[in-house]
Amino acid sequence: MSTVTEAAEPASKVDLGTQGGGSGEIQSFDVTLKVRRYLPETSEESYWDEWTVTMYGTDRVLDALHKVKWEIDGTLSFRRSCAHGICGSDAMRINGRNRLACKTLLKDLDLSKPILVEPIKGLPVEKDLIVDMDPFFQSYREIMPFLINKGPEPTKERLQSQEDRARYDDTTKCILCAACTSSCPVFWTDGQYFGPAAIVNAHRFIFDSRDDAGDLRLEVLNDKEGVWRCRTTFNCSEACPRGIQVTKAIAEVKQAVLNRTF
Amino acid sequence: MQVHKYDVVIVGAGGAGMRAAIESGQRARTAVLTKIYPTRSHTGAAQGGMCAALANVEEDNWEWHTFDTVKGGDYLVDQDAAEVMAKEAIDAVLDLEKMGLPFNRTPEGKIDQRRFGGHTRDHGKAPVRRACYAADRTGHMILQTLYQNCVKHNVEFYNEFYVLDLLMVDEEATREDGTPYTQKRVAGVVSYELATGELHIFQAKSVVFATGGAGKVYKTTSNAHTLTGDGMAIAYRAGLPLEDMEFVQFHPTGLAGLGILLSEAARGEGGILRNADGERFMERYAPTIKDLAPRDIVARSMAEEVRQGRGAGPNKDYVLLDLTHLEPSHIDEKLPDITEFARTYLGVEPYTEPVPVFPTCHYFMGGIPTNIKAEVLQDNDTVVPGLYAAGEVACVSVHGSNRLGTNSLLDINVFGRRAGIYAAEYAQTADFVELPEGGELPTVEHIENLRSATGAEKVGELRSRLQEVMDADMQVFRDEDSIRRALAEIEDLRHRYEQVSVQDKGQRFNLDLLEGLELGYLLDIAEAMTLAALGRKESRGGHYREDYPDRDDENFMAHTMIYRDENAEMEGVKGIRFETKPVVVTRYQPMERKY
Repeated sequence: MSTVTEAAEPASKVDLGTQGGGSGEIQSFDVTLKVRRYLPETSEESYWDEWTVTMYGTDRVLDALHKVKWEIDGTLSFRRSCAHGICGSDAMRINGRNRLACKTLLKDLDLSKPILVEPIKGLPVEKDLIVDMDPFFQSYREIMPFLINKGPEPTKERLQSQEDRARYDDTTKCILCAACTSSCPVFWTDGQYFGPAAIVNAHRFIFDSRDDAGDLRLEVLNDKEGVWRCRTTFNCSEACPRGIQVTKAIAEVKQAVLNRTF
Repeated sequence: MQVHKYDVVIVGAGGAGMRAAIESGQRARTAVLTKIYPTRSHTGAAQGGMCAALANVEEDNWEWHTFDTVKGGDYLVDQDAAEVMAKEAIDAVLDLEKMGLPFNRTPEGKIDQRRFGGHTRDHGKAPVRRACYAADRTGHMILQTLYQNCVKHNVEFYNEFYVLDLLMVDEEATREDGTPYTQKRVAGVVSYELATGELHIFQAKSVVFATGGAGKVYKTTSNAHTLTGDGMAIAYRAGLPLEDMEFVQFHPTGLAGLGILLSEAARGEGGILRNADGERFMERYAPTIKDLAPRDIVARSMAEEVRQGRGAGPNKDYVLLDLTHLEPSHIDEKLPDITEFARTYLGVEPYTEPVPVFPTCHYFMGGIPTNIKAEVLQDNDTVVPGLYAAGEVACVSVHGSNRLGTNSLLDINVFGRRAGIYAAEYAQTADFVELPEGGELPTVEHIENLRSATGAEKVGELRSRLQEVMDADMQVFRDEDSIRRALAEIEDLRHRYEQVSVQDKGQRFNLDLLEGLELGYLLDIAEAMTLAALGRKESRGGHYREDYPDRDDENFMAHTMIYRDENAEMEGVKGIRFETKPVVVTRYQPMERKY
């Protein structure tokens, strides 16, 4: 049955030499956050607010935002949940680039200047860093993001070769944080464009050997608001906190539209 | 205030809630209320796998899986529930595959399987490959796949709707033997819409709680900020018991100092733990399966190494997860996410350097008691008609005093599915229970009191203090003194909580206010945990008492049931009643637990 070869048993004891882990002293440093505020119950206008807080070693932008919210200004509002880059709640513009606040270490930023934090662009701002995500999820829904298999249901699992499984691996990593879509200049100017995230999720199914509805999805994406709007500016690939090659996925979908037989 | 009417209302949109919704939505008019967008749920953070005895790569069967689950839980597992879970595991995995889940594959194209802690061949003889997985993001794939299928089935979501109260009515009833009792019935829930600050009542024939755990009572935790025990506390305040709250799982391999999870799959794929001397210390604590011993044992062994001065690092306060003997290509293929966490958050390169790790609060074995149909119990055996719970919020109890790795992803799929089916079937035959007059008023009052409060205490400060206390005194090692210290602090914090105020007084997206409400839940949960821990004067699974280091089946082979009861008192705390519930034993009598 098993074709897996056993790795050699690791040694019971090894010489670790000098271990990593730093000096043991936790460095502290001062950070100035400059956040684009919008409190619609108080004012129609957005404005900048600035705070300086003391942060430590491995702290991230999210930790600094929490420090402000919990110790200085409880009205500062932003979404977050897992705090380690897997739930996709806290995408925001940090120093002009879309990132997850929980994955952006303060020590990796230029701390000689204030850190600029703004809501992601292209979606209506609701309050401070919170945007309306419904248009984003609506585009996602339109590409039919679920496996469609027209064959008879097998009693056990459907077989899929390791090569076929690898074909769409990259696009299964998407956490729907909207960092890519809201970094796309086409999406900013044309709110109807599906945006990179929806195309990434279409790719995940179009290139899954178990799926039979590739043509249906390609037809949706061949629409005037579909893949052809992409101008290959690569913002999306740079923005993706999961390292998905978004632009490549879009190019593969474009190629599939051209190659398909209707 | 708006009133909505559904056959079934599901509270929570993680794995259990969405698995329930897929079933319920096809049978009855269903709404899912979730405080965060469904794809943000913490099921997505699970990494290593989901066990099922598919026997795709080596001999296995569900009976061995049942045994491992019972032994892993140190015999506090209800064995009827463990049998259901292990048996239905196979279809649960196949169902997910058919829904589209991209499992890793064997060379023959079948679902691949790998080793995981405590899962063994033939009752403990050797580790077995039982965990079905998708790289080290199995939970992410499960969450995405379930969400995709909810989209497919047009499940109706109310996103960013916090449920703040469970509406039940009391009816006088008589048991078969003629004794009178009070029967609770579910009428609906009260919900708060984050975007507007409005309250909504959802009347429902069936309500399913799938709100997850309460890891944020601790400072060092793998849990999300949103895991504040809401469902458990709401049920508890409504007069339902909480079961086995003393049992918390500390995952052995949290990134040191941060608590971020590094999957047990790292050890399943061959990674090992070493102390500062480079010694593979698990050889001493679990000679047969070593680094793949269950989590409670590995976590305690790590803490013991640090206590004995063999911790690594400048402060000797962690141990090392060593992957350096594995091929980088193997690491990239099987463990890409967790190795990236080590690089991103600690700047450590796992190909060449061992990764600093220490136990992190991970999972609550306890919760709202249910039977194997996911029906909630109002005492040891009385079902609350129409009320269901599944996943981490529930205690069915398949995990007993220590959950095996992968069994939570399994639990949410098996019992989430059951909850959805039984809730819908019940709704098809039952009538709506009339909403209690003014049922929303306690919630209105609670919110307005907090919004208008002017006291000097701050939510963030009280919560930090609670988390520090729990980290210090309710961790892997406990004793009478430490638990009492924690309890005294919690009682003090509960007192201070009465003076808490929030700064945001607005209606829209008032997360400041909701964090204040969540702190109230955390304090209730922490109190129940410490009282349960005081009551259990033995060591079992995740609950290790240094003053009672042995398991004591004669006196404590029973579940703990904690109730809020204004006429009772426990350990000087007014309003708490402590009871026990027998463990369901079918085929496995308790034995000494060695690995």
